[in-house]
Amino acid sequence: MARITAGLTSSHIPALGAAIQTGKTGDDYWGPVFQGYQWVKDWIAKPENMPDVVILVYNDHASAFDMNIIPTFAIGCAESFKPADEGWGPRPVPDVIGHPDLAWHIAQSLILDEFDMTIMNQMDVDHGCTVPLSMMFGEPKEWPCKVIPLPVNVVTYPPPSGNRCWMLGEAIKRAVESFEEDLNVQVWGTGGMSHQLQGPRAGLINKEFDTAFMDDITANPERLRKMPHIEYLRESGSEGIELVMWLIMRGALGEKAKEIHRFYHIPASNTALGQMVLEPA
Amino acid sequence: MTIKDIHSYLAEFDDIPGTRVFTAKRARKGYNLNQFAMSLMKAENRDAFRADESAYLDKWNLTPEQKAAVLARDYNAMIDEGGNIYFLSKLFSTDGKSFQFAAGSMTGMTQEEYAQMMLSGGRSPEGVRSSKGGY
Repeated sequence: MARITAGLTSSHIPALGAAIQTGKTGDDYWGPVFQGYQWVKDWIAKPENMPDVVILVYNDHASAFDMNIIPTFAIGCAESFKPADEGWGPRPVPDVIGHPDLAWHIAQSLILDEFDMTIMNQMDVDHGCTVPLSMMFGEPKEWPCKVIPLPVNVVTYPPPSGNRCWMLGEAIKRAVESFEEDLNVQVWGTGGMSHQLQGPRAGLINKEFDTAFMDDITANPERLRKMPHIEYLRESGSEGIELVMWLIMRGALGEKAKEIHRFYHIPASNTALGQMVLEPA
Repeated sequence: MTIKDIHSYLAEFDDIPGTRVFTAKRARKGYNLNQFAMSLMKAENRDAFRADESAYLDKWNLTPEQKAAVLARDYNAMIDEGGNIYFLSKLFSTDGKSFQFAAGSMTGMTQEEYAQMMLSGGRSPEGVRSSKGGY
């Protein structure tokens, strides 16, 4: 049977992709970030940790979805997904190869479990999906695993509540565990941490909030499940709301999880960056 | 945890200093502006926009305020007119500018000052969480 073996978090900011593309991963500014990711790159490269499939939770940044279609939760069921052209040409990275059998199984299971997913059979994936892959796997000719993109609306209000995200994670776990093929599946929650990209308050960073969030994702997830949107907005900036997506990852690990690794860095362009590795406990 | 009162849920967003949350009201106001920005995901549209910005904008049924804000690259004004930063990112990407450039341009700081603030740990949330509460 398929099983969820780990949950990872990662920033997905486009500047990380740009740093790779322009050869700046070793400079004074970006060097510490890429050094900080070395641990997870080494960890995931070990055969026992390499996933067969990653369910990659991210938000589309006005790339696949415009103002005409705004799904709260969508799931990519296609054979493959092309990098989106976000205004400067598509990122020069491999196509993302899906796992349609598992994706359709999850989509059907979730709908029967009362999560009314939007099914995507054609979708370009933007930096939200491809930057975490680059950060974990570097610059291979092909990505070393299959990926099921799972975009969440955190752009047009209201986004889903943290609790709803957690419950979706729990339902994803049930769905994966009822898939007959023997697969090592990871769930990645991407985005965050504290950041604000707009208005006179742009540049907001809240290390205290971020640290407590990382602590409580294992120690006190109940607090995070109950956190209202206004608290994310006040404390972690208008784009800090992306952190609700981490709760999908966390819900998919089950009631208890243990922290294997944590890397936190300020600043990555406008943002605070948090990279965690969790395992079901 | 369910939200029982949508009105107070939405009203709280106006209490955050220097922040405009992308509510349905803003999404409706900015529909054409954001769809214009989306169009810049295609190389041929970027070329047409660069060749004659004003003429290109005239095809998108923008309000005069929206058009002026785009031409001036005034990102605060674009957001006031219903723009969303992820949509508007197609515009500054077309200009070859970064998120840090665009975000910094909205703060009243110079690019250097803004970059330095981020290097120093970013803007503290102290005093900018709530207008009414003053904390």
